[in-house]
Amino acid sequence: MIVLQVSMKLEMKDAPGQLVAALKPISEVGGNIIAVIHQRDPDSCDDTLNVQIVLELKEGRLDDLVALLKKQGVHIQRIGKERLLYRRTVIMIGHLMHTDLSDTVDRIDSTGFAEVSELSMSMPAVSERSSSRLTIKSVTRDDMERAVSILRTVAREKNLLLIEPMEEIA
Amino acid sequence: MKIALLGMGSVGRGVLEMIAAKDLGITVTGIADSKSGVIDPDGINPARILKAKKKTGLCGNKKISAADVVSKADYDALVEVTPTNATTGEPGLGYIRQALKRKKHVVTSNKGPIALAYKELKTLAAKNGVELRHEATVGGAIPIFHTLEHGLAGNEILAIFGVLNGTCNYILTRMSDEGLTYEQALLEARELGYAEADPTYDVQGIDAAIKLVILANTIWGNGVSLKDVNRTGIDLLTPDALRLAEEEDCTIRLIAEAIPKKGLLRVSPRIIEKNHPLVVDGTLNAITLETDMAKEITLIGKGAGSLETASAIIGDLLFIRDRYVKRP
Repeated sequence: MIVLQVSMKLEMKDAPGQLVAALKPISEVGGNIIAVIHQRDPDSCDDTLNVQIVLELKEGRLDDLVALLKKQGVHIQRIGKERLLYRRTVIMIGHLMHTDLSDTVDRIDSTGFAEVSELSMSMPAVSERSSSRLTIKSVTRDDMERAVSILRTVAREKNLLLIEPMEEIA
Repeated sequence: MKIALLGMGSVGRGVLEMIAAKDLGITVTGIADSKSGVIDPDGINPARILKAKKKTGLCGNKKISAADVVSKADYDALVEVTPTNATTGEPGLGYIRQALKRKKHVVTSNKGPIALAYKELKTLAAKNGVELRHEATVGGAIPIFHTLEHGLAGNEILAIFGVLNGTCNYILTRMSDEGLTYEQALLEARELGYAEADPTYDVQGIDAAIKLVILANTIWGNGVSLKDVNRTGIDLLTPDALRLAEEEDCTIRLIAEAIPKKGLLRVSPRIIEKNHPLVVDGTLNAITLETDMAKEITLIGKGAGSLETASAIIGDLLFIRDRYVKRP
């Protein structure tokens, strides 16, 4: 299931209960609110309230959310969305070129659920071991675990040293 | 409280110095090094033995052995600080067994016996109604076991993460700060006395893995051993790798971790954010505990050193004194 990170700018009446009315539909469609940012202009004598909301939402539920918000009388000024991507950076050390770097990258890219989005490399001399930093992106956390597990296998096969990041203490 | 001391290396000397300098209510009735020993039920003057050891290399009479001190001296607690043997645990393991069987408390800094035979020794201690304490085996001066046993009593320990080897941490700090190669940083560590002539035990993560095994056995009683640790050292790291980490506001440190829920027991170099509490400089050690009630707690301190290790040993001794032994 693809999860979206949605950022919305909402405009509502600056009156009691309005913000709650705007947030309620989000939980109704199973969304997860990440941030609510008030933007009350101190110079404004206007009685409208602008609120920016960042949330996570399963793709497919966005249309439902928009419809529910409209029904509550909330005006959506702007909406932005992107596929929520997990990002993890690893470092690999060894004979990266001699062990077919493009194959190493392809082993991740060919999965369809993760890809190498950045590669930085340093090669001191032809015979010496080189060091590289790979940033992997995936759609879900499980996919990331699978991608890193593939890299572990590749590192073993090609005798490369794989340095993983500290997992977040959850 | 009467103690017998086995081992006159830097740790043993540190313990004696502090007993001589402080009014701790501790009387030493037996001392042995690898070649000699001294027994006196009326108490030995620690300062005199330190002087003799410095002058002659011996602490006592060649006819008195460490085994004699263990079996014949009159003491409440044995302080066992002989050198670590990670394969057999000897000779320390035998001395500890013997003292426990004599119903004597044991305080040790020796990782070998604790990593190899924790369960057996703990059972033996309980059977004889005495304490086996080993605060000094992990994290030097950091009171990790006291924290776990008392301060965090009642907590479920969910995970441990640690920087447990000062030599590796020194090398990585220097590679990161000064762009030194691994070889240069290792040479420097040797010159400063932080690394042994044969650095294998430290740089391949064996020392950190042994400490992780001790932590895991003490906390969870899960009977794991060195061979259960998934271990990668730091000897293949490049300055480029540290620079690549640096570009992301990170660095690389040798991290020991145990997460029973995931079946994870690992020592490996890891990319870690520079502002992470486990990123400590030089020879410092750091341990983060993740618990159900207290959540995360990180302890940072000197991982080695004569007085630093003596601090851990004396803490154990005074704990035993307060609980079991009456002050004179």
